Parts: sequence; structure tokens; C-alpha cells
Amino acid sequence: MNLSLPDERGYFGRFGGKFVPETLMPALEELVDAYEQARRDEDFQNEFRYYLAHYVGRPSPLYFARGLTEFLGGARIYLKREDLNHTGAHKINNTMGQVLLARRMGKRRIIAETGAGQHGVATATVAAMFGLECAIYMGEEDIRRQSLNVFRMKLLGAEVVPVASGSKTLKDAMNEAMRDWVTNIATTYYLVGSVAGPHPYPMIVRDFQRVIGEEARRQIQEQAGRLPDYVIACVGGGSNAMGIFHPFLEDAEVSLVGVEAAGHGLETNQHAATLSRGRPGVLHGSLSYLLQDDDGQVAPVHSISAGLDYPGVGPEHSHLKETGRARYVAATDREALDAFKVLCRTEGIIPALESAHALAAAMHLATELPKEKIILVNLSGRGDKDVHTVAREMGVSLDE
Amino acid sequence: MNKDARGSRVEMMLRNVLARGDKGLIVYITAGDPDLDVTVELAIAMADAGADVLELGVPFSDPVADGPTIQAASQRSLAGGTTVRGVIRAVEQIRRRSDIPLVLMTYFNPVYQYGQEQFAADVARAGGDGLIVPDLPPEEADVLLQAADDHSIDLIPLVTPNTPPRRLQMIAARARGFIYCVSVTGVTGERQRIITDLAAMTGGVRAHSPLPVAVGFGISRPDQAAGVALHCDAVVVGSALVSLVAQKAGQPDLVPAVCAKVSELKRALTAEEVKGFAAL
Repeated sequence: MNLSLPDERGYFGRFGGKFVPETLMPALEELVDAYEQARRDEDFQNEFRYYLAHYVGRPSPLYFARGLTEFLGGARIYLKREDLNHTGAHKINNTMGQVLLARRMGKRRIIAETGAGQHGVATATVAAMFGLECAIYMGEEDIRRQSLNVFRMKLLGAEVVPVASGSKTLKDAMNEAMRDWVTNIATTYYLVGSVAGPHPYPMIVRDFQRVIGEEARRQIQEQAGRLPDYVIACVGGGSNAMGIFHPFLEDAEVSLVGVEAAGHGLETNQHAATLSRGRPGVLHGSLSYLLQDDDGQVAPVHSISAGLDYPGVGPEHSHLKETGRARYVAATDREALDAFKVLCRTEGIIPALESAHALAAAMHLATELPKEKIILVNLSGRGDKDVHTVAREMGVSLDE
Repeated sequence: MNKDARGSRVEMMLRNVLARGDKGLIVYITAGDPDLDVTVELAIAMADAGADVLELGVPFSDPVADGPTIQAASQRSLAGGTTVRGVIRAVEQIRRRSDIPLVLMTYFNPVYQYGQEQFAADVARAGGDGLIVPDLPPEEADVLLQAADDHSIDLIPLVTPNTPPRRLQMIAARARGFIYCVSVTGVTGERQRIITDLAAMTGGVRAHSPLPVAVGFGISRPDQAAGVALHCDAVVVGSALVSLVAQKAGQPDLVPAVCAKVSELKRALTAEEVKGFAAL
């Protein structure tokens, strides 16, 4: 596996690149330079580690899920507890890294897109901590589904900008954030939330999320005495998956499995399984797998989980798929909901619906494997934000 | 390079306009809004009303370089069933009835899915003269530029107020037809005022390229067009026309109303008007 990717042009194999309007090109070049300096600067790395330890609460635990394992009766399941980070998901690893970078670059205003609201909350959080102006773009449909996170962002002092164009979800929020960035390029830092977007974002976000896999790789060897047989994570844009996969890329004995949202089923057109059902195309600045029609119009997508409801995917995942280093499967809304409930009952952990997709695949796999096998699951976020959605699916009314 | 030293149809047309002492008017409408038949009628009528170059927008679901007016037009067009092949057929129909230089403006993904070589070939065969792809910077444009050159159509580049000299040099070296200066750091759409120092911007571009220089984004009124034209060879007007099309959609005076606006803009770009504006 080539760990030096992306190349100078921002490509992972044939995926990646910078497909953006000319206005953004100088800004991306400035970001490449600033990041290359920061990456080599020991002070920057120490500052990042300091905040991860004392503000985010890292390292996050690796937890042997005894109850879940016994319930399933197969392979041993370990959970990387990103849900225990400050703000409740892996997203803050990246926002912390990038806000430090933005400060280094002298930017006073932060913008971001958000789907489920986790990245928006994580961005608003670090902006508040460092006293920076913050605007979060969010689709109207997602604002409706995630009212709790919307209120959290406002409490944290961010402006939440509703996006009414297109499908009114994550992809449209990203379009609008890019339009804001084009307009306010001199003052504004665009804090991309996944391993998507134009180069250098897929690399920067991956590098800031690698801490998940670095810790997990060390922890599993301490606890189980060896590397896992499988590492499983959900994939929307793919940042939590890339963060946990990357440190295992050279461990050929470790299978990497990404789990996409199959929505109402892969045979319907209501899913968000980009790598399973898409083909290469360009959206939001990079060439990667994309759900689209014959004319290259981006397809509407569906998932019960707002964080996976995205028609694109990070270019490095496309590369891992094509090289065969990772494989990508999909879990339906129903399977994710079942897994959600099982984890609540067997472990006393309410997972994010995004993470429940990874759990669904892991549970399915565990029952088919002997007991000595080890599955490491990235529990990328907690599910408090999803309780309303789950109640609605269960036919329970939470209104007073 | 272009097939002959005289330049492409787009460049020739702009040079002819300049030779008369006038400035060029480049008009943009979104193809398929309200439908492709109307697009063809509008194109021919706008050419007769004085437009020098026609830009036809091929709608894309995620137009990140466009403001609300063209976003909405793109969505209406797609909802009405407009396809890339349909737009190319419309180009063919326009070409049968008019000599106006025709440039397609679209985002990269529809071109990529069509096949870059095939797209250039089909656009050229239909009588199209050029392409503008706002999300395709020169770094990613090798394949499309080669395909466009092979079929003698222009890949027209965009330059923005924050483009540094080093990039300007790279862009100019690969430019065909004309150089499109974006008047603002921002998306398409009408603006009250344009604060960019256009003289400095177009002067910088001219230092790197002998091609005609056009300025667009934000220009809607004749007085604005005349003011901008002092510093360039041609002015691009898009959102103002697109919003007029939206307003008049389905009404019998749609084509005359748009043409009246085009004539008014063209009048502001004649030699006397531009000179008069300079004297103010």
C-alpha cells in the first residue's frame, strides 16, 4: 500500500484532484502550503495533541463489547469509543486540527457544511473556544430532522444558514458553503468535515482523523495481544472510516470493511451507497465515485441517517475500493435500526444511526465467524441526536 | 492550437466588433428554461437583436459557481427534462438559422460522463464554437483542451480578481477564443456595484495574452455594461436575462422582452456610447 498518497496533484491513484472555480485555486494552494508547514512544525503538532488530550478527551477508550459478543455468539467485537469524545462524535478531531490551522493562517471567520449536525456542532464548538466568527450551512431537510443539533450550534454562537436549494441536504449545504467561500475568500476558512472536497482536504481531514486508528491499533494489541481480523466503519463522506483504516493499511492480515447506507434497499433508488452503486464522477471538487444519472446529474439519495445521506464519497475510499485494499458493503435503514436497538440493550450504549450501520455489518459478520476472530468497530458517534428519528420509526410520539 | 492563424469564429466575431469601434456583447441563457424550443427561438432573436456571442448554459444539478438566479433556472430546466444531448440538438437547430458564435457553459461532470472527446466532437459537429467549464482549472484540463483543439472549438478560461500573475501566465498560455474575467470574487448574479479594479485586472490579462478580454458576473444594466466596457473588449450579461426569461416564461412577449433588453445593452456598447461614458 502506498502511504505517500495523495501525489502532488492531489490524486489517490486516479481519484481526487482539484475541480473548483478559479477563485478557489489560489486559496487551495495557500492551504497546501500552510498545511505542509504545520505538518512539519513540532509546536503545531504538540498544540494539536494538547487539545486532543485535554479538550476532546483523548485517547478514547477501546472497549470489548462482552454483552454484544455473547448475544451474537460469534467473533469478539471491540468498539472504538469515538462517541465519548467532547461533542459526541469523531468529528471534533478534525475540527480541532483545522481550527488550529485556520488560526495559523490568520483567518477570523470559519464556515462549514453539516448533514446530521455533528460536524456543525464540532465546528461551532472550536470556533467558540477560539473566539472566531462561525457560519454553518445546513439543508432545510436536515434542519428539520436534527433540530437538537441546530439549537446546540446556536447556543455555541454559530449562525446556522438554512439551504433551500436542490435536495436541501448535505450536498446542497456543501454547494452553498463553497459559494460562501468563493465570495469571502480573503477572510474565511472553509472547514470541510469529511475526507471529500478538493485537494488538500481529503488528505488534511484524514491526517487529523488518523488518531482514531493509531490509538485503536495500539489499544487492541494491548488488550487482545494482536491485530484485529476486521476493521469496520460506516462511510458517508468517509472520514471516520479513513481515520481508523489508514493506520492499518499496511497490515495485510487486517480486512477493512466500509459500510454505506442502503436506505430502503440497494435495489430501490432510495439509498446512499455510493461505492456500491455509483460510478466515477466529479462533485465538490474531486473525482471519486458518485451516485448520478446517465447525464452526470447528481442523484437524489436517501438514508435514515443524515450523516450518511450524501451522493459522493472521499476519493481515497474510491482508491481503496479499486485497489481492493478495502471492501464496501451496505446496511439498510431497517438493519441499522435493529443494530441500534441491540447495542442499547446489550451494552447500554446508544449509538449514532451512522455508527449503527457499521454495527449492523459487524453483527452480521460476527455470527458467521468463529469465536477467536476479532472485529474492531468504529463507534463514531453517540445517538442522542437520533432519538427523535428512532422514536418516529418505532411509532412512539415524544411530543408533550 | 486553433486550426488557422486567424483564430476561431468566437475570436473573429469579437475582433470584427472591435474593428468597428464597438464593444462585444456576450449573452448567457440557461438552455431548456423554460424549454429547448424557446431556447432556440431566444438564441436566434437575441442574435438579431445585437448579441455578438451566445453562451448557452447546460444545466447541472450542483452549480457551485452560480448564484440563486441561474441555480433556479438550472433546476427548472432539469425538472423539465433537459438533457445534454438535447442541448446539443438545440445548438444544431440554432446553427442552421444563425451564424452567431455559440459557446456552451457547463460544469465538468456532465462533460466527463458524456466522454470529453465525444463531447467536443459532438458540440463541434452541431456547430458549437466553444466551451466554458467553470469548475475545470487548467491543472485538470489537459484532456478536454486536447479534445477541443482536435475539433477546433475553444476552451475558454476564467480569470478572477485574486488570480496571481503566475497562474495568469499558465491560464493565458492555454486560453482559446477569449479570456473571461470574472468581475468579482463570488458567484454569478446581478450586483449594484462592481468594486474590482477592472482596469488593473484586464491590463494584467492583456500583458499575458493577445486574445480578446471579456468581463462578466454581476453586470445587468446598460450603464454598468458601458462602464465595464471601458476596460475590456466584451461584456457578458447572464443572470439579468435569465431572470427576465423566468419572469416572462409562458407569456407571448417573452422573446420580444428579452430582445429589447439585449438591444438596449448592445446600444450601450457602441463606439459613441462607450466614448460618451468615458467622457463622464
